[in-house]
Amino acid sequence: MKLSIVVTLKPGVLDPQGRAIHHALNGLGFDGVTDVRQGKLIELEVADDTDDATVDQMCRRLLANTVIENYRVERRA
Amino acid sequence: MKTAVIVFPGSNCDRDLAIALQAATGTAPTMVWHAETVLPDAVDLVAVPGGFSYGDYLRSGAIAARSPVMRAVIDAAGRGVAVLGVCNGFQVLTEAGLLPGALMRNAGLSFVCRDVDLEVANADTRFTKGYVAGERITVPVAHHDGNYVADADTLDRLEGEGRVAFRYAETVNGSARGIAGLLNDAGNVLGMMPHPERRTEAAHGGTDGRRLFEGLAAAFG
Repeated sequence: MKLSIVVTLKPGVLDPQGRAIHHALNGLGFDGVTDVRQGKLIELEVADDTDDATVDQMCRRLLANTVIENYRVERRA
Repeated sequence: MKTAVIVFPGSNCDRDLAIALQAATGTAPTMVWHAETVLPDAVDLVAVPGGFSYGDYLRSGAIAARSPVMRAVIDAAGRGVAVLGVCNGFQVLTEAGLLPGALMRNAGLSFVCRDVDLEVANADTRFTKGYVAGERITVPVAHHDGNYVADADTLDRLEGEGRVAFRYAETVNGSARGIAGLLNDAGNVLGMMPHPERRTEAAHGGTDGRRLFEGLAAAFG
């Protein structure tokens, strides 16, 4: 089973990298961009019988720092 | 005083810390590899050094914080053993949950490597006995992720409880409330981004960092 873990910064946490990307997009003439937030995508391949609680523990204990980040799990075919 | 320095793959300030600790305490620290599961018996202080542990993969300090030796460090901290984290060591301690908040990319996005002025915000700790409260000292920083973040309630509590040990006296990295060094609630764990071990001899351009190690040595008799 393949999983995608999408890790994003919590709302309100300042994102200097997102701001720099925003600035660069504006510099390329993309004036319609109102905000940019940078996150990360982690792809896992796990045993088919891996339950949601185990995946949740992986995210909480390592893949995301829940002080500053949120995460969501997407199951892929 | 018995000390230990943790060594991760990618640590690069471990030997500098060891030299500073030996100079202050008169005894060489035990170097402890990250794969170890126990710390030396009766250790008084565990130092977590700067560097780029595990290449800063995932998040700075994240993988190191889950290494075998850190379980022993967390246990020791819980028993009251002093723990000092410098730079990447501070990042490891926040990732390990020994200190609140997180260290994010510097506000200016640049790696900052220079001498900075600090204010000693709390001189009444075992780590800061060598200083006077409110004193300005100069210590180098060298980091990309030193921008301290915590929610407003946590920041208010940290300040109210005197847990901010050092503050930047100038603009450095966008750190919340200028926090450069932070204590845990019991006062036995200190994390700081500046490098006191790089300011311990006249040849380093000053000795303001040495007083941290001398203060620690005095605190432990």
